[in-house]
This record gives sequence, C-alpha cells and structure tokens, in this order.
Amino acid sequence: MALVLVPEVPLADWLAGLDAQMARSPAYFAGKPVVVDLAAVGPAPHLVAGLMDALTARAIHVIGIEGISPDVASPALPPLLAGGRTVTEGVIPDAPTPPPDAPPALEPSFLLLDQPVRSGQSVVFPRGDVTVVGSVGSGAEVVAGGSIHVYGTLRGRAVAGVAGHGQARIFCRRLEAELLAIDGLYRTADDIEPGLRGKPAMAWLEGDSMRVASLD
Amino acid sequence: MSKVLVVTSGKGGVGKTTSTAALGAALAQLGKSVVVVDFDVGLRNLDLVMGAERRVVFDLINVIQGDAKLPQALIRDKRIDNLSLLPASQTRDKDALSAEGVARVIAELRERFDWVICDSPAGIEKGATLAMHHADAAVVVTNPEVSSVRDSDRIIGMLDSKTAKAERGERIEKHLLVTRYDPVRAARGEMLKVEDVLEILSIPLLGIIPESEEVLRASNVGSPVTLSAPQSNPGRAYFEAAKRLNGEALPVAIPGEKRGLMSKLFGRRVA
Repeated sequence: MALVLVPEVPLADWLAGLDAQMARSPAYFAGKPVVVDLAAVGPAPHLVAGLMDALTARAIHVIGIEGISPDVASPALPPLLAGGRTVTEGVIPDAPTPPPDAPPALEPSFLLLDQPVRSGQSVVFPRGDVTVVGSVGSGAEVVAGGSIHVYGTLRGRAVAGVAGHGQARIFCRRLEAELLAIDGLYRTADDIEPGLRGKPAMAWLEGDSMRVASLD
Repeated sequence: MSKVLVVTSGKGGVGKTTSTAALGAALAQLGKSVVVVDFDVGLRNLDLVMGAERRVVFDLINVIQGDAKLPQALIRDKRIDNLSLLPASQTRDKDALSAEGVARVIAELRERFDWVICDSPAGIEKGATLAMHHADAAVVVTNPEVSSVRDSDRIIGMLDSKTAKAERGERIEKHLLVTRYDPVRAARGEMLKVEDVLEILSIPLLGIIPESEEVLRASNVGSPVTLSAPQSNPGRAYFEAAKRLNGEALPVAIPGEKRGLMSKLFGRRVA
C-alpha cells in the first residue's frame, strides 16, 4: 500500500506546504512508497519532470504516477498507475469505451486485526479505520487513513489520519504509546501527560494542537 | 507422531541453549525419543551444554551439504539412550544453511524421533528464520526484563508470519518460558512480574525457571540441569514444562509469589 500525494498548482505553493508538513514530522515519508496524482497539475512535461525532481530532492520515494493520460508517460518518469494497477502500454486505441457501470456498491473501508500487532510489525491502511483487537507492541506501528482503535494496550506508534484527515482520532483501552500522530501532528511518550499512562484514552486534534484525554 | 519444536527468543543470552538441553533431557527421561539440533552455526554451544563436545565428528552443515549421512552426524547421549544431538558447525557461518537442506534434514529427523528440538541462534536473521521455519511449536524464552520481552514480541510476530505453518495459514503453537526469574527482585520491582510479561506477550505460559546457581553449574559440567540436578528448583521447573509440552495440564506456580507489603508498595511496571 502506498501513500498518495495530490500536488496542486501553483506548484511552488504546494511544495512550500509540503515542506511545512515535513518539518513537523520529518520521518513521515521515510521509506514509504508514494504515488503522485497529477490530475490537478496537468500533463505539461516540464512541470511533471520538475515536480519529480523536487520530490526526489526531499527523499520522497515515488513508485508511480496517476491522473494523466498514458501518452504523456515516458521512461524517465515513474510508471503510470490507475486504481492501484499498473497501466501497461499497448491499449487498443479504438477500443470502445465501456458502458457506464452501475454505481459501485458502497464498500466499507476498514481493517480489523484479530491478532496483536507485534514489535517490528507495521500495519499501513491509508483507506480507512484500523481496529486492533489486542495490543500494539512496543516498536510496532499502525498507520491509518482514518481513526485507530486499539482494544488492548497501545505501546507502539499510532499514526492516524495520514491522508490529511485531521478529524481522525486514536482510541485505546490502555495508553502506553511511544508516539501518537494525527494528520502530521505528533506527540512522543515524553509529551503525553504522565497521569494518562495506563488509562483508556482518546487523542484528537483541536486546531493545530493534539489533545489527549482519559476515556474514564 | 513427531513434533518439531523451536526454542527461540530474539535476544541472546536469555537461556535458549540451556532450555533446549534441559527440555530435551526431560522429555527423553519421560520416555520420548528426542533429538536436540544446534542451529547456531559458527557459535555452537549446545554440544558443550550436553557434554558431547569431544565426540563431534560430522555436523548439521556436513549433512546439509551431503558430505555426511544423518546417522553419522547424530551423537547419542551416554546417559540417556533415547536422547541425541545434532551439532552445528563451528568453522562455518549461517550462510552455509540452505532452505532446501534444512527442510530435508528436518524431514529425516521427523521420521526418527518423537521430538525434534531446534536451538535457534539469537537475532532475526537467516539462522533464526531457518531454525523456526519447519516448527510445529515454539518455546519463546524470555527473561523478565523489558529488552528481552520486546525482542520476544518481535520473534512471536515472525513465528506468526515467517514459518511454514503460518505460510499455509495455520497457527503455530507458542509457549512462553520465563527464565532467570528472581522472586525477590521481582517483588522489589527491579524485574518485570510474570503477569506483566504475560500481558505484553499474550501467549500461554509454559513455565517459570527460577534464577539458580544450579543452572550455571549444570552448563559448566556439560549436563542438562534435568539430568544433573532433577530435584533442584530449576530441574523441577523444567520437568514440569516438559510435561506440559507433552500435553499434561499442570498449573504453573509462580516462585515465591506472596502478596506482601513489598508488592503493595511497588506498583506494576510495564515495557
């Protein structure tokens, strides 16, 4: 699973915003695969190439691009993806457009884990909420596009709202977390009020600050 | 029906080799045919703990590479007839282990023994993953301290994802063996309590081995503690653990567990 970046024009402004976000959580993109959606940027080749260089300079690992037509794709750019599948060349140009399908059934998007998340394991689910029926071990991490629910002890890292959803929250039955993050804002264990340790707790964003409170 | 058991921990020095020898000798004394296999290629110790270091001719790597047949490499224990050792090579390293070779040797051992007990090297690299790969069950050896517990958590995650059983979608049987447990220090809060270790790792408890001079002495004279001192506290604890592995339902007693003033004064500590 990869993170998706959606650049906007003017690119300079968008990059400045990205830099601000990266300054708040420098390791956020480290080692994570990223897909860039170019729908808003358009197919202009110099813009696309410049953007790729800018992302590479920020050590963001781009594994694919989407949102532009296949004829713009070139070997110099990352492979073109669509809907999670690689688009290969050789599409028959005259192929009739498929008839519009019935509206897709509304798929609930969540991840439920019946097992504890053990030290060293990383669960990444950018599409929605993650529920863990068990504990998240020290040195483990759960990354979710939506909220994170842990029905055991949260000892590792919980990173919620990764795709820019500041309304996401983190819930746990027992708070021993090493790090809590929502939409790029984070708190390490040292910054969490000691009185909350070992308690059922919830973390959420209020404006530009993270609040953590006991659920009892 | 034969069973392959891996004794593993992640962290080094917690008592994997000692526990492998003690559990192997105990199961053999309970009448099972047992082989203990040293997977710590390059840093072999099990031969010393078993008191067989002067009798090693061929080893696991020789068998894997086809230089020797399995019966040539197996060393039968002088004290118990139905206990054997397959030593590791001291002159090679873990790269000499191949997945196919290990699979072949384990399959052959399964035909000859009731219990195949694999002594895993420390770490999470090739040696450890190959030692656990064919296991039906695992004994996770943990000391009651935070670094050992976290490393064990990591290893349990690997047991649930990297073993042949996990790859087939089955569950590997996991048992927690707490070693070097000192009731006095646990009561003082200098050590994690067993209940805290259990809460963090959430796998069934196989036994608690108390910290004891007897264990050190047994290692130094090259005899598993279940052979040299079966009536000692650690000897009895290992015997009970072996019986539980064999399917007996024995309750686990926590050594020196008394609800006293000390435990009220010092609260729980967790990782």
